[in-house]
Amino acid sequence: MKNKKTTEEVALGIRRRVFEHSMRNNGGYLSQACSAAEQLAWLYNEALNLGEPTMPMIPPPFGGVPAPGNDDYVTGAGYNGPFEPQYDRLFIAPAHYALVAYATLIEVGRMAEEGLEMFNKDGSSVEMIGAEHSPGMEVHNGTLGIGLSTGAGLAYGRRMRGDSGEVCVFMSDGEVQEGQTWEAIQACAHHGIDNVWAIMDVNDQQCDGAMSSVMEVRDIATKMRAFGATVVEIDAHDLDAMRQAKAEPHDGQPLIILAHSSPTKGMEFLQRRFPRLHYVRFKSEEERDEMNQSIAKELGIDPVQFDTH
Amino acid sequence: MVEMVTRPYASAFEKYALANKDVICMSADLTSSCEIDGFRDRHPEQFMSMGMAEQNMMSFAGGLGLAGYRPFIHTFGVFTYRRPYDQLMASIAYPRRKVRIMGFLPGVTTPGGMTHQAIEDIAIMRAMPNMSILETGDATEVESLCEAADSIDGPVYCRVLRGSVPRLFDTPIKVGEMRELSAGDDVLVVTAGITTEEALRAKAALAGAGVSIRHLHLHTLKPFDSKRLLDHLQSVKHGVITLENHVINGGIGSLVAETIAEAGIEKKLVRLGLQDTYAHGGSRPYLMRYYGLDALALVRGIEGLMNIETNIDADDLDAVRVDAVHSSAKAEAL
Repeated sequence: MKNKKTTEEVALGIRRRVFEHSMRNNGGYLSQACSAAEQLAWLYNEALNLGEPTMPMIPPPFGGVPAPGNDDYVTGAGYNGPFEPQYDRLFIAPAHYALVAYATLIEVGRMAEEGLEMFNKDGSSVEMIGAEHSPGMEVHNGTLGIGLSTGAGLAYGRRMRGDSGEVCVFMSDGEVQEGQTWEAIQACAHHGIDNVWAIMDVNDQQCDGAMSSVMEVRDIATKMRAFGATVVEIDAHDLDAMRQAKAEPHDGQPLIILAHSSPTKGMEFLQRRFPRLHYVRFKSEEERDEMNQSIAKELGIDPVQFDTH
Repeated sequence: MVEMVTRPYASAFEKYALANKDVICMSADLTSSCEIDGFRDRHPEQFMSMGMAEQNMMSFAGGLGLAGYRPFIHTFGVFTYRRPYDQLMASIAYPRRKVRIMGFLPGVTTPGGMTHQAIEDIAIMRAMPNMSILETGDATEVESLCEAADSIDGPVYCRVLRGSVPRLFDTPIKVGEMRELSAGDDVLVVTAGITTEEALRAKAALAGAGVSIRHLHLHTLKPFDSKRLLDHLQSVKHGVITLENHVINGGIGSLVAETIAEAGIEKKLVRLGLQDTYAHGGSRPYLMRYYGLDALALVRGIEGLMNIETNIDADDLDAVRVDAVHSSAKAEAL
């Protein structure tokens, strides 16, 4: 697809959309938009070789789960383009980034704005925690730690098929607390799987708060290298650094880009909530109004107009 | 004397995999224990060593399935679902990947004790949407397992016998069907896996005591043909007895109970198997006797069900096969 916007514009658009949505819906995954906007914008706008979407711009309603007889079942992969040998695949491992991922699909012209209105509505496929059938999602990743393994398996299969398309996994740093992440890296290294790569949003945040207070994971880069990955560490808000990192040679190893991010980037007002940023709710009408005014100003837009209760 | 077949899985898998290039042989550090060491050595390009890392193996297999391959996972049954349950469900069962899970050493066929004995696997897999379940009871079923499993449009869990395996049948597994081994009208006996051999050991003695047995052997536990079972249930006078290498909850006993209840028929049911208990480490004949999974337990169960005394004791039953612990067929060793 031809880029209609710069990646900077897409990233700003993601933050604005997630902000507006969260204001209207009394909370949301605001912090994930702050930390990951550049990463998802760059993946969709530059880094990945994706074909034209094969799914309707307005997402169809939930069509049932995979089951014998549900022959019309489709995943959300079609929003990332057709499953053809030359195209890349993208797995969003932290499925709770779905709101940010949906906003990205809209910004890059792969889903209509109406799609976000269906977010977390009963009967909709645009689920709060991205499911396999949600737009842009290709497999179930709701339980953290399974994404890289699945990506590695797909990558190994694609290598055997001779596909030129790679497999990219968008990860989050909390996932390194799961043993499966390390099993996946060692398996990639052991089998020389280098057509899989990952970018990890290292925001030092998890559900209970700062990772250092929940479970210290120490130096992720050193550990990953020891397990057999090629690791590049960058500033998650520096697009040039991201572009350079992708070019890092990684023969026989997976490439993992550790993108050190700020969980309040672009919405510094959220610092008041630090370190409880996983899901931001408003404690009062006053707080919502104050947040609305302040963050809108930071994002260069008008405050969101909504009905007062 | 029943024919014994050595390592039937080894040759059957090799033949099947070579004829089906989208089959990928995966192993979690139990390659010779699952009889695929020869395959590994001769066909390394179709073999993947996944190490002792079952969580990754399950999701990885899901990824291979997404790429159009049909991974055959080889490890002990217990290791395919206890630790990597989440991965099994999210990466394989939910998306209906064509992953064939070969679970070796089902139930008390391992002396490895609680950690190695898959005693609730059928219950777990029955509760998992999209998962099919096959269980092998003899060498012919082991030999036909790969083709049967690979014919299923979705994931399948298989209880596989290894080592020295008796040949009881001369026709392959036909997915969805069941075997009628005798057609008596007193009691319906339902068995699967190694308990079928136990029921056959009691056959002559029971006939001598005037008990007419209708015996069904199950190799397809899910999907299950309840309607067919119902026909057999209605053909016996005294009720039904299930004998399973599994806890009595959630397995074959439950399957039969559900069929009876849903049809609203009045039949007594006796469920033999592990009675809501763990087992411990020991030889297979010892464990089957200790936990009441053997031919004698079946006879006593039938006596209770019919309220009779047959005067059959252990000496009246056909001989127990005792495999050499350290035979080349790896009969009991881990």
